[in-house]
Amino acid sequence: MKFGVLVFPGTWSDRDWGHALGYVSGQEVVYLWHNDTDLQNCDGIIVPGGFAHGDYLRTGAIARFSPIMESVRKFAENGGLVLGSCNGFQILTEAGLLPGALLRNACSSFLCEWTYIRVERTDTPFTSQCQKGQVLRIPISHGEGLFFCDDTDLQALEDRGGVVFRYCDANGAVTPEANPNGSKNNIAGVINESGSVMALMPHPERCCEPELGGVDGLLICQSMVHAVAGIHS
Amino acid sequence: MRQDIQIISDPTDAQLRETALSRSEFQLIKDLLGRAPNHVELGIFGAMWSEHCGYKNSKPLLKRLPSTGARILFGPGSENAGAIDAGNDLAVVFKIESHNHPSAVEPFEGAATGVGGILRDIFTMGARPIALLDSLRFGSLDVNRTRYLFHGVVGGIGHYGNCIGVPTVGGEVSFDDTYTANILVNAMCIGVAPKDKMISAKASGIGNPLLLVGADTGRDGIHGATFASVTDPGSTQRSAVQVGNPFLEKLLLEACLELRDTGWLVGLQDLGAAGLTSSSVETAHKGGCGVEIDVAKAPRRESGMSAYEVMLSESQERMLAIVDKEHIADVQGIFAKWGLHSDCIGYVIEEPALRIKDGDTVLAEIPTDYLTEKTPMYTREGLQDPAIAQLWQFDFSAVPAPESLSAELLAMLAHPDIASKKSVYQTYDHLVGNNTVIAPGSDAAVLRMRDEQGAPTGVSLAVSTDCVSRMVYLDPFNGGAMAVAESARNCVCAGATPVALTNCLNFGNPEKPEVYYQLASAIDGMAAAAKALQTPVVSGNVSLYNESQGSAIYPTPVIGMVGLLEHNLRPLPSSNLQTGDGIYLMGPWYDQIASLAGSLYMAAQKQIVAGRPVQIDLALEARLQKFITEAHAAALLQCAHDCSDGGLACALAEMAIWSDIGVTQEKSIQVDSPISALFGEAPSRILVGISPEKQAEALRMAAAYDIPFVKLGTAGGAAFQFLGVELPVAEMKLRWENGLVEAVKE
Repeated sequence: MKFGVLVFPGTWSDRDWGHALGYVSGQEVVYLWHNDTDLQNCDGIIVPGGFAHGDYLRTGAIARFSPIMESVRKFAENGGLVLGSCNGFQILTEAGLLPGALLRNACSSFLCEWTYIRVERTDTPFTSQCQKGQVLRIPISHGEGLFFCDDTDLQALEDRGGVVFRYCDANGAVTPEANPNGSKNNIAGVINESGSVMALMPHPERCCEPELGGVDGLLICQSMVHAVAGIHS
Repeated sequence: MRQDIQIISDPTDAQLRETALSRSEFQLIKDLLGRAPNHVELGIFGAMWSEHCGYKNSKPLLKRLPSTGARILFGPGSENAGAIDAGNDLAVVFKIESHNHPSAVEPFEGAATGVGGILRDIFTMGARPIALLDSLRFGSLDVNRTRYLFHGVVGGIGHYGNCIGVPTVGGEVSFDDTYTANILVNAMCIGVAPKDKMISAKASGIGNPLLLVGADTGRDGIHGATFASVTDPGSTQRSAVQVGNPFLEKLLLEACLELRDTGWLVGLQDLGAAGLTSSSVETAHKGGCGVEIDVAKAPRRESGMSAYEVMLSESQERMLAIVDKEHIADVQGIFAKWGLHSDCIGYVIEEPALRIKDGDTVLAEIPTDYLTEKTPMYTREGLQDPAIAQLWQFDFSAVPAPESLSAELLAMLAHPDIASKKSVYQTYDHLVGNNTVIAPGSDAAVLRMRDEQGAPTGVSLAVSTDCVSRMVYLDPFNGGAMAVAESARNCVCAGATPVALTNCLNFGNPEKPEVYYQLASAIDGMAAAAKALQTPVVSGNVSLYNESQGSAIYPTPVIGMVGLLEHNLRPLPSSNLQTGDGIYLMGPWYDQIASLAGSLYMAAQKQIVAGRPVQIDLALEARLQKFITEAHAAALLQCAHDCSDGGLACALAEMAIWSDIGVTQEKSIQVDSPISALFGEAPSRILVGISPEKQAEALRMAAAYDIPFVKLGTAGGAAFQFLGVELPVAEMKLRWENGLVEAVKE
């Protein structure tokens, strides 16, 4: 399978995704420069973490105008799989491919730590290898990860099952103490209505090898690999 | 007549202070040139002859440090940073650097640009930065400004490192009144490069163009190098502080690494202290040629800048690239891809001189050796401060015994030097890059090394920074040796073999005999330890004049150590005690009252910094370190933790807290003075946890290495019971976790 990892000026999780999907998962990985428009026949697209365009103005606000994003939009509309993480989540919400917005953490400072997230849905191309209710241990690293939308949109999002991951404690309990950034309803990751675009604030690419402290991120990588293999077969 | 070429034949005192030159140095400049310099030339001499660029007080002393070894690829001074051979055709490039004065007046930008500067030193050599560490020292927390400085510095470090995507994996944070007016911000960076593709900082090839790349040149940071070479940093010097742009630096980093693989770069040098002046002079001098620069071609942030300002600006995120003239368009194309403009501002010339023009007008012409080799060097007479001999006589038996040892331990665990630094490092991305195997919070951080294709090489790096300045103050030779030994011990506690070090010498005004004595003696101590432990010095930085109102900081030679774990050896954790594990002190046992000399306990609880610290036995230190790495390689140890600040009590308590398990003291231990046994500080001591079935073999090995040891107790339960301290581990943990957070609350 072939995955394309977007690279904006200021992106820094690109190489980590390349490692997790390439070296660890054995897939073909290409890096796609933000000024290009050709997705090079990739089977899946990763919008990685970083500070695209310096996060000037607002996180993701400039990145959504990069030429590659128009191709990503068309790709997603045709059912192509797009996964965003961290800054990638921010970019996908700015681009209108996912609902909501990511605001400054409630604690107001940047936070890098391991968190637990509960898998709310396993019928998506990004979570098929997880168990429903499974607790994954995955690190976060962001200053603006508070998932926000107004109450009406939040209700709609919940009603359609758009929440894929929620911050929880080690036992899977969704509590205010387990919410690192003040996200509404402890939301850590959401999916679009068609199920082709998903993003989360935690970094699955950082926990795909035991020596880095955990392998739960592999479940998300493997789910995507399964999904695109399904498309091919 | 334009001001910048105005001849200065008799400078005012203000002109001399602005350029940090003495009147006799000015005379030397006149003698060298055979004429009086003009304004631009004087500024250039001032910057290049500053302690910051020219090391005029420290160079003769720095030569005493060992700098050779089988693994050394680049030693001190030869390139922007030192480098060692880590096998697998990979070089580890590293250096530590200070940004003390800027951080003292503008903490956020001062610390941020300190990080930016050390990153550039690493990627200028063609290495990808894989880790940052920061050694921070602040003043008394009784002073409100200390909190402001603390939050500013931590914020600035996080901002720069997080934005550029290099993990901040370790360092130190400590507080002492000695740093109230002169905080220390030392940043260390470690990078990895393919050995055969490293880029040099030499200019060569007559006619090759010089490209100035990155940010436009502004008025920020003018006199930064000279500012760093005078005492009493004050808010009036805020304009000497630069403003950082980590996003721009990220683009520079990626562009430089992409260019590394093309072979089109002849040389590369970042613009740091003294900006364009120092970068052009140094590359020319190293290449044995000269450079001609037309300041009119330098892109500027604002209009009306003089040549003097362009040449001495320390605007950040700029690089000087010396490019193969056949490939100038190709090189500019790569910079442009990364959104960077690059302007040809001059050429390599044959005459070994720095020639500065503004259009057709020649503004300055100075032979490069006048600015490098001819920098005046001062070897001074050092004299120990007589007050130290008095302090050595301090009678510790007069110190009243505390009412409750448990209360004393709780207070120490809550002390900001000992307490958890999580509230600091959780604001730093310490995981990006997928290499962090041991995250901040242990004795050393551990990063795995991967090859150019991303495959792990089976080699990991342990990295640590250290210095206990109270010990250096009370006994500079011994303290300097202890700083090297402790940073090495930290790497050893992670199971690594220390291989090389970098250092940042933070001292007061070297023109004072007692400060010069501290500097010379501490360097001698460092040299002795570096030789004994076979950890040569590959790079470093000197920050002198850290004093205010005539009072110098404690001498603080911060050591950045790099150790290697090879052949897929996994790191040794700092805490992994299981029920039934024996806990041993490997190294000498001290319970005499004199071991309180220089201890954090005396400083923090009694406000006394006195006594003669326990002398380090370097042969024992070397054996102890060898024993720990050998025992780990033989899988005999559960965990190891260095015993330093706060003594045995704090080290043992930390092990218990981190492992979430109690400790019961071994019954046979007899002590003279419990307070000394608990809180006394001495070198060459490591606590280890050993599982019952491994104890006999581990102790046999310790005996074979001639290491003294004492069984302190056994892990188990939830209570900490040791030499009269009786506490629930949960209570100790709470105090330890909240100590720093509470102390710095605004």
